[in-house]
Amino acid sequence: MAKEPVATNLDGWLDAYADRTAELSVSEVRALFAVVSRPEVVSLAGGMPYVKALPQELLIKSFNTMMRDRGNLAMQYSGGQGDETLRDQIRELMALEGIKSSVEDITLTTGSQHGLELVAGLFLNPGDVVLAEGPSYVGALGIFKHYQAEISHIYTDDDGISPEALSERIATLSRAGKKIKFLYLVPNFANPSGVTLSKTRRAKVLEICRKNHILVLEDNPYGLLYFDKPTPNALRSLDEDGVIYFGSFSKILVPGFRVGYVLAPPAIRQKLVLAQESAILCPSAFSQMMISEYLANSDWQKQISTFRDVYKERRDAALAAMKQYLPKLSTTKPGGGFYLWVKLPEGIDSKAMLPVAVKNLVAYTPGTAFYGDGTGQDYLRICYSYPTPEDIRVGISRLASVINLQTELLDTFGTNDRKRGK
Amino acid sequence: MATKKAVPLKIVVLAGGISHEREVSLKSGRRVADALIGFGANVVLREPDANLIANIKKDKPDVIFPVLHGATGEDGALRDVLDMVGVPYVGAFSSSARLAWDKSIAKVLISRAGLLTPASVTLPKETFRELDAQSVLTAVGNSLALPLVVKPARSGSAQGVTLVKKASELSRAMIDAFVYCDVAIVEKMVEGTELAISVIDLGAGPIALPAVEIVPTSGEFGYRERYTAGETNYFIPARLSKAISERAAKMAIQAHEALGLRHLSRIDLIVDKKGQPWFLEANVTPGLTETSLLPQAVTAAGYDLGEVYYSLCEAGLRARK
Repeated sequence: MAKEPVATNLDGWLDAYADRTAELSVSEVRALFAVVSRPEVVSLAGGMPYVKALPQELLIKSFNTMMRDRGNLAMQYSGGQGDETLRDQIRELMALEGIKSSVEDITLTTGSQHGLELVAGLFLNPGDVVLAEGPSYVGALGIFKHYQAEISHIYTDDDGISPEALSERIATLSRAGKKIKFLYLVPNFANPSGVTLSKTRRAKVLEICRKNHILVLEDNPYGLLYFDKPTPNALRSLDEDGVIYFGSFSKILVPGFRVGYVLAPPAIRQKLVLAQESAILCPSAFSQMMISEYLANSDWQKQISTFRDVYKERRDAALAAMKQYLPKLSTTKPGGGFYLWVKLPEGIDSKAMLPVAVKNLVAYTPGTAFYGDGTGQDYLRICYSYPTPEDIRVGISRLASVINLQTELLDTFGTNDRKRGK
Repeated sequence: MATKKAVPLKIVVLAGGISHEREVSLKSGRRVADALIGFGANVVLREPDANLIANIKKDKPDVIFPVLHGATGEDGALRDVLDMVGVPYVGAFSSSARLAWDKSIAKVLISRAGLLTPASVTLPKETFRELDAQSVLTAVGNSLALPLVVKPARSGSAQGVTLVKKASELSRAMIDAFVYCDVAIVEKMVEGTELAISVIDLGAGPIALPAVEIVPTSGEFGYRERYTAGETNYFIPARLSKAISERAAKMAIQAHEALGLRHLSRIDLIVDKKGQPWFLEANVTPGLTETSLLPQAVTAAGYDLGEVYYSLCEAGLRARK
């Protein structure tokens, strides 16, 4: 008898993966970003800090001192909570945003991204709900989705997330029997929208979450990168029990060290450290001690001020180019941080348009990346932190040509509702 | 087939580029380089960038293996440059690459060679701009019955390809295809068994490797299904009778020859329910990643990948233009 043909599958372990890996597939959009590394392309896509604004001598000096004084410790395993000296220095950093803290309650992590991952792992069961701004940070959404949480975006305007919309959504979800675990927020110069949650709304949002027993995850990588005036005090400064605060050195120093920190209520902190030890034993002592040395012996506040000046110049260049080349499009006007959030003409799909943009040597991040439900096609994120002001101008002029081409194409096929007077 | 030499060939593998398929090309290039190094070749992996010509002069390769997908790599432009620099290379000469890379031209050549290819119309973007788009789409719908496949005339990895089952989906499909290329093809969909037949010619004439039957778990062989290991099942050889398999293999070789290709190609076919193969497209530089079809066919045929790639390089060296 002839043998039954057997299918070849290039993944012999397909039947063994956890259910939560179902969405881990390659994508065309991700593949397109490979082109961004070519020098011909102006990338307005990735949220990369302009590390050249940090004099390398500062880090070389920190490295030499650290190796001389603490080299053996830096090269060794360390505790799961992270270096105590750096934790103490972080208290000073957080005090700039009104936070009072104990060294005991700070945990150092491998970037704040890993902190988020650990906290998500502590709390999320499949089907739990995470509330988030609409739009929200793609890296956090990826973590929540990985833990099979449902993401519910709350209406967000120029003052940040709407307390009224938040209350309504909580009521709706609760009526439907949903378990809401977190409200995830980037309250300062949010990624991707660039908006800042107003002082008044901070208090209201905290009150709503407290009343409904919902933990607030306050992710604050950009707070110190304000251009004109400081941001309102951190949400954590107003609520010590209901907020887990995530900070990072990626934007105010460099991302290459991969050092972030989590300030959590004591009971949560205890579990967080155990989870970290279980996952990675300990975060990198080497990176922590480099940063500690840098904070101890450099004028880090002046360096943050330098970064502010660099990013302000680039924000201005981006807004000027938007006004010159795409005057009809609306964009947020951030008072700090890295991003513009741009509303596209009716009918244009930013994800579908990306290949044309890359062909025209400019890249951006499609709005769909920032929604857990696949919406956001009519928005795109421009990141102005890395390219020079001249490259930003060139990039946005190229983007304008691409948008015009797409508009023309939609007009041709009559799919542009505006043209049809709808 | 090649044997290991005391003084191995020096081979530059070109991968990357600036097309939409850059990532696929980089993956393919690393795999080819690994296989060649495993066979004992002296390999340098290079980007086709501003330093290309200077690097070639510095590297002084015996032969170049271009693993560039998408424009420049497959449209003949880079091959013209290599001819000018005077370095032999693996794969089609520029003139043939140019014809095969454009699916609309390839289909004409295939028809002229007496081979079957699904009925189609080729529509540049300007056609819709100059004539009334909706009238043109209606005419398309009337001349080619649904379902249809809309694809960019010049693109790869299924980017910009849409299966259109309802007339109302045609506008969006055209727009998505025009994102990748100013010319789109609307092709009648032939239902049947989807095959990829790799053709290699190591000097004794083109031979067809075992046909790879493609069965994506989602039902469509898009970008995700092509490059995520596990999302597609393959049957090698395809679940076809011996006679039909031979017929398909013969068509693949005829298509390779009709398009004037050399050394390697991948011919994508569909075999309809009556056992008739139809030509869909030819790939001048087939994907050579860990999930790609040509390497699977080479392995299924019992060959060693490094040996085959090395033999292709030797063929390239022998066939200096």
